[in-house]
Amino acid sequence: MDVILENLPLYWNGFLRTLFLSAVSGVIALVLGTLLAAARVSPVAALRGFSTVYVEVLRNTPLTIAFFFAAIVLPRLGVKFEQFEVAAIIALSTYTAAFIAEAVRSGVNSVPVGQAEAARSIGMNFGQVLNLIILPQALRTVVPPLINILIALVKNSSVAGAFFVLELFGYGRQLANANGDAVIPVLLGVAFFYLLLTVPLGILASTVERKVAIAR
Amino acid sequence: MTTHVPGDALVSLNAVNKHYGQLHVLKDINLQVRKGEVVVVIGPSGSGKSTLCRAINRLETIEGGTISIDGKVLPEEGKELAQLRADVGMVFQSFNLFAHKTILENVTLGPIKVKGVPKATADKDAMALLERVGVGHQAPKLPAQLSGGQQQRVAIARALAMKPKVMLFDEPTSALDPEMINEVLDVMIQLAKEGMTMIVVTHEMGFARKAADRVVFMADGQIVEDATPEEFFTNPKSDRAKDFLSKLLTH
Repeated sequence: MDVILENLPLYWNGFLRTLFLSAVSGVIALVLGTLLAAARVSPVAALRGFSTVYVEVLRNTPLTIAFFFAAIVLPRLGVKFEQFEVAAIIALSTYTAAFIAEAVRSGVNSVPVGQAEAARSIGMNFGQVLNLIILPQALRTVVPPLINILIALVKNSSVAGAFFVLELFGYGRQLANANGDAVIPVLLGVAFFYLLLTVPLGILASTVERKVAIAR
Repeated sequence: MTTHVPGDALVSLNAVNKHYGQLHVLKDINLQVRKGEVVVVIGPSGSGKSTLCRAINRLETIEGGTISIDGKVLPEEGKELAQLRADVGMVFQSFNLFAHKTILENVTLGPIKVKGVPKATADKDAMALLERVGVGHQAPKLPAQLSGGQQQRVAIARALAMKPKVMLFDEPTSALDPEMINEVLDVMIQLAKEGMTMIVVTHEMGFARKAADRVVFMADGQIVEDATPEEFFTNPKSDRAKDFLSKLLTH
């Protein structure tokens, strides 16, 4: 256990970096995913097609491919960045957005079609129907699956550790290498700090689920 | 029967056709509704009367023919269609009140967001409308807290808040318990008396006799008869209508 206590500042640093990676990627993924879901239900066929292809490709390929693409292919295409963190955020948010798009789409489909018809019949345009009527009702049913996706995002951010981004898992690996005799406590410490992020998210999910159920 | 004098055609359907797959659900429909007229559409289920009603504000697309409202042909999906829909009030069988909004917000949302009416004015107008349909005291509640009859009256108020040129009713009482049907029909009769142009798809023959200027009888996607209620109920011309009415009267 000493190895954890001695390296607490390092753990804490890694924890904060994981939190940062997850929070930034999470926000971008939420925005991008909601836009993709809106495109998926829009009356414009080209938008629907783009969204479908995007979601199917990103959802059905491993996260590491997204990382390789962001870290190696993008710079060759001329998209250069100073830090690997940027690549990690691009990979994590584009990948997670696909899952969020699917969750939001299923939430949109859970709102009875009559709600949209009533909104259209009082003269609302597509954007108003979506923003004022459908999404507020859809998001309530979507919150629990969204939080599941965010928990997965926190854990997925560890892949960044393999791409030279120092976050919780990256520091954990350094510590494990430096303390070959105490690998198990080192990894337990890493797991503990991940739980510190993901368990509250899970609790939040069940609280929100109980609070936002709407009567029909 | 109402006594107002109908003017020019406000709603005009010309040679309208629609298929659901193999099913020819609207066959060469021609229908003119003048300003101030109350037209009741009746017919057996599956006759296309609901589809007809929904096609008038393009909740159903049509394949052939034209539909025009106040001289303007229904545009394709987009901004102009939204504007035209604001002029056409619609009341649904299943009410479709916005489940996450209060009764008051249900009525004010359209005027505020679509017409840009200031909130204070919209609130005041909405309260007046809610009082008029007899649910003023329910304003702060959510739709699920109201009875079906009350919800449907709110839905009528919501449509009226847009100051529509014509009101469409798609079986407005079919989802209601019997004791709640009259409270909704009373509101509709009042509306008819005030001169609102109305197209009503219904099974309520009493309403048709009392408030309609014309009864349109549909069967198998066609308009079979178009007559005054008096003519239609006492002296139907087609066998199809005679058959339909005889089935109603046996119960």
